Amino acid sequence: MRHVISVTVENKPGVLAHISSLFAARGYSIDSLAVGETEDPATSRMTIVTHGDDQIIEQITKQLRKLISTLKVQDLGETEFIERDLVIVKVNAATGKRGEIIEIAQIFRGNIIDVGQKDLVVELSGQENKIQAFIDLLRPYGIKELARTGSIAMARGAK
Amino acid sequence: MRKIGADIFVDALVKEGVEYIFGIPGAVIIPLFDKLLDSPVKLVLTRHEQGAGHAADGYARASGKVGVCIATSGPGATNLVTAIATANFDSVPIVAITGQVRTPLIGNDAFQEADMTGITRTITKHNFLVKDVCDLPRVLKEAFHIARTGRPGPVLVDLPMDVSLGQCDLDYPDTVNLPGYKPNYKGNDRQIKLAAEAINASKRPVLYVGGGVIISESAPEVFELATKASIPVTTTLLGLGAFPETHPLALKMLGMHGTAYANYAVTESDLVIAVGARFDDRVTGRLDAFAPEAKVIHIDIDPTSISKNIRVDIPVVGDAKGSLQALLPLVRQATHPEWLEKIDNWKKQHPLVYKPCGLKPQYVVEQIYEATKGEAVITTEVGQNQMWAAQWFKYSRPRQFISSGGLGTMGFGLPAAIGAQFARPDAVVFDIAGDGSIQMNIQELATAVKYKLPVNIAILNNGFLGMVRQWQELFYRKRYSGTILGDANPDFVKVAEAYGADGIRVTTRDEVRPAIERAIASPRPVILDFAVESEENVFPMVPAGEAINKMMGGMA
Amino acid sequence: MTKIGADIFIDALVKEGVEYLFGIPGGVVIPLFDRLYESPIKLILTRHEQGAGHAADGYARASGRVGTCLVTSGPGATNLVTAIATANFDSVPMVAFTGQVKTPLIGNDAFQEADITGITRTITKHNYLVKDVCDLPRVIKEAFHIARTGRPGPVLVDLPVDVSLAQCSLEYPDEVCLPGYKPNYKGNERQIRLAADAINASSRPILYVGGGVIISESAPEVFALATKANIPVTTTLLGLGAFPETHPLSLKMLGMHGTAYANYAVTDSDLIIAVGARFDDRVTGRIDAFAPGAKIIHIDIDPTSISKNIRVDIPVVGDAKGILQALVSMVEPAAHTEWLEKTARWKREHPLCYKPGGLKPQYVIEQIDEATKGQAIITTEVGQNQMWAAQWFKYTRPRHFISSGGLGTMGFGFPAAIGAQFARPDAVVFDIAGDGSIQMNIQELATAVKYKLPVNIAILNNGFLGMVRQWQELFYKKRYSGTVLGDSNPDFVKLAEAYGADGIRVTTPEEVRPALEKAIASPRPVVLDFAVEPEENVFPMVPAGEAINKMMGGMA
Repeated sequence: MRHVISVTVENKPGVLAHISSLFAARGYSIDSLAVGETEDPATSRMTIVTHGDDQIIEQITKQLRKLISTLKVQDLGETEFIERDLVIVKVNAATGKRGEIIEIAQIFRGNIIDVGQKDLVVELSGQENKIQAFIDLLRPYGIKELARTGSIAMARGAK
Repeated sequence: MRKIGADIFVDALVKEGVEYIFGIPGAVIIPLFDKLLDSPVKLVLTRHEQGAGHAADGYARASGKVGVCIATSGPGATNLVTAIATANFDSVPIVAITGQVRTPLIGNDAFQEADMTGITRTITKHNFLVKDVCDLPRVLKEAFHIARTGRPGPVLVDLPMDVSLGQCDLDYPDTVNLPGYKPNYKGNDRQIKLAAEAINASKRPVLYVGGGVIISESAPEVFELATKASIPVTTTLLGLGAFPETHPLALKMLGMHGTAYANYAVTESDLVIAVGARFDDRVTGRLDAFAPEAKVIHIDIDPTSISKNIRVDIPVVGDAKGSLQALLPLVRQATHPEWLEKIDNWKKQHPLVYKPCGLKPQYVVEQIYEATKGEAVITTEVGQNQMWAAQWFKYSRPRQFISSGGLGTMGFGLPAAIGAQFARPDAVVFDIAGDGSIQMNIQELATAVKYKLPVNIAILNNGFLGMVRQWQELFYRKRYSGTILGDANPDFVKVAEAYGADGIRVTTRDEVRPAIERAIASPRPVILDFAVESEENVFPMVPAGEAINKMMGGMA
Repeated sequence: MTKIGADIFIDALVKEGVEYLFGIPGGVVIPLFDRLYESPIKLILTRHEQGAGHAADGYARASGRVGTCLVTSGPGATNLVTAIATANFDSVPMVAFTGQVKTPLIGNDAFQEADITGITRTITKHNYLVKDVCDLPRVIKEAFHIARTGRPGPVLVDLPVDVSLAQCSLEYPDEVCLPGYKPNYKGNERQIRLAADAINASSRPILYVGGGVIISESAPEVFALATKANIPVTTTLLGLGAFPETHPLSLKMLGMHGTAYANYAVTDSDLIIAVGARFDDRVTGRIDAFAPGAKIIHIDIDPTSISKNIRVDIPVVGDAKGILQALVSMVEPAAHTEWLEKTARWKREHPLCYKPGGLKPQYVIEQIDEATKGQAIITTEVGQNQMWAAQWFKYTRPRHFISSGGLGTMGFGFPAAIGAQFARPDAVVFDIAGDGSIQMNIQELATAVKYKLPVNIAILNNGFLGMVRQWQELFYKKRYSGTVLGDSNPDFVKLAEAYGADGIRVTTPEEVRPALEKAIASPRPVVLDFAVEPEENVFPMVPAGEAINKMMGGMA
């Protein structure tokens, strides 16, 4: 089962390596990983999307907590949470198809951020399944390049 | 006062109460060694860094204090890897200091450079690369704190040469501030209450006790719990000595080479009370057949150990000592006559046995027990020697049995014996070794001679890598591929003499006891070369992946 | 046909032409060892895994083929770490197979588990954990391919026991498909043209030649280039033998303990032609004073080596052999009379020298050169012994000098000599050792005896960790902290005899030659214990961080 785990860590060199080595050494999978500073520059938040049965997820959260440089580990599956993934897609846009693509982008509330002779670059943020649906719709036009951030997430409501 | 990094380092060792530092110098740590010369910290020079690491480990296990070792950058540091991994697996508090090339050269493939924090990331409790000399006091303080608190473990501090020579005027801090590190000491009251109720309701309880009991110094609490409620006690390999094996409630060791009665008792029990143990695969055998009718209470300081291999009904996360102390008053006295009688029957019917003819390794271990009146500190190598040492000596005290349990490191025993002898200068120390294992760190004989340590090395010399040979005999039709050593083993007596130690060869049963007495009386290191039966097996044995009550061999 | 993993493993080794596999068995590699039992591959059983790793390395360096080793999981694997790091630093092709616990147990802290792919990530060229037996043929094919192509290096394959026992019917592939791995073999023609122009325009050129020349088998091309355009040649430590040191154009080794004339020539030159060398810190000394008036051509297969430590004017990325062949045809013959006169004068005025009197280590090496007519394969340990071996033997052929250059691993020389002797059974092999280094893998005497290898070990026994002692003498007021070994060294002659090898003690210069002749004539391993001057220093010496023409000592 898919889990989104939010890890607050000390913002120090080597911490990302510690966490990725933990996953590699113990055979846990990383479906996506996003890292950035939090409101406090001394800490970073990592959002890790992983999957596994309950026992594995329990081990993952416990092993993460055990690392000296982790401050807080939260399996967001246990709470209400908000999740966003950002994608930018460079898609073929022949003259006759441009309108269709712009329409799809609008339906998904995406933005056109670059326009070329033969292609468009569209930016879209949202939950993973929305992003996936959007990509699937664009695929028939021919996707030339695609980049995704991976999910970032936080629990709803009071901190 | 402004000090250079090397002074800060030595001051920190003094403040942390370090008596001995085990290591070998090299280019980038010359400044540190120079400052050690005038310090009260005694340098113990070994002949390979692996020896230094295991000696620090042995010192830590024998004393309960933090073991400290030091190695130079590059090969010096990588030579420590096995020792660090060994300590990590068995939760031994060690601080390993490695030299590093100057900070501007790091990452440049400079002479004798190795990325030690990267290499040891998964085999240390934590590690540090110090890039600023003003971080050094804090880092060393944190290193010792992390190594010895919670579930202890090795911490590596990588120290570039320019940091050792850099200047800073910060003092050694009195406190640590590690927001991400909060080992949980106090067991949850509700969970402890649940555990007590389960114990009070149980008819066939077993205490399953691991190395955590020794680390947390809670053997007295285990003893009280066992005797108050008449609960039989079995231990893991690393738990040997946590409960006196001379006591009627002792079931000795369980698992792959445990006693039949311990394995039967666990299998039939209705409650397993695990304390400071981690349900390792060598203990549980086939998981779904392990204690199938039992509820499981698991007391451990490390939350990741709980429900990792086996479902736990009542987890108690916290320090074993405190948790047991809270548990004791809640547990009612009990006698369990039926259960204890059943166990007694198993003990009578399935004792540990061996055929008493020829020179048997089991006999040698028994004689060491008797000659030292059970008081010796025993270290072991890994393989058959380790299992015989576990089975045939009766351990009655914590820190008396020192062995590489998790990583299973051959070559551990001799340097660990050296470390243990430094920790316990008056104790009789025996390394129980095989002829294969002892060769892995044989160079440390020079260390034992240099520091005039009266360590005794009992080689159970069967001319094989015995445990692998045993598996080949039992499961591979005696195809002894890569396990024959006897055609090219050294003459260990002459080796001992070449190093300036004593060597004694023993080929018959009658010579065993006098040889051991002589070794104990000698003020020098002694190698005892016992020419034991070459194809003797360790029994009982649970084949890998089998249920622990499905043992082969070794039963009357 | 369906085969188990262990058979796939053996078949792959056979297909790759592996003759010898160095290793030690253990629990999870028993199936592999079992299949070795009747395979054409010869298993060489060592006494410590570090010995197996260095022996595979020595075999590879002496033969130019891929060295292979096989060890068990956990401590077996971690014991290889130093050997792998050593091979990685010096670009030695090696495939290391490590056993691993069953795949379902990985990450569970099972008995003898270590995350060896994580541990070796930064010290291998590449590594694999095989989780599906059907990946095994492809992985082994790729491992050998990656190890031996491009800039060679060690590749580790971690093999869980259930994979060794599982079945698959895939055949060993004929080709590899590695889209991310494309070593660039052909140098850019325009860059080669520029290099040729620079050489033709230069009046004080110098060839600075490293281990890459030996790896790429391009010593003949270096010779052709040097002699066609009269370019003096200096080599790095690992480049020794890439150009005959008996030739008038030879300047021998440069750098920290290089010859004065090599260092002067580099400093004064107007063009450095670096081939298969990496401007290591021990070679360049203070970077801004290194060859200040010179343009730099850098020929190397590894783009990351270029402009890493020093700015390069004309980089040529590709295989040295092809590039040099192209270059030789474009370079015009030249005499450089003035330049060669200048270098000849430096040679006359600042030769390597030592004060005769007593038993000098330098003299021992000169005698080894003479007694073997310069034909011996020399391996070394690390420290003073290594530098004296580099300075005082005249190397004339590639693969005759085998030494740990980058990592600087003490304990390398002896197991490497064992590997080299397997690669070159008819050669006379000498390990030039110190009394500190030799103790680090002394256990491999049993291996040399077991396989009846006539390796010779020349211990330059000064009773110290000599190189560190030298630094302490020169920079730390003779405060010999942690460097005194002589108080507790073994009697090396008796030790040799204990192992069934020959031992010869030499205390005077007159005894040196006869002892060497005796050793060379012996069909057994021989330990020669030379009681050399204890406080002899290695000179010349460039203090760390100084310009390489600022040498101390050793000049007439």
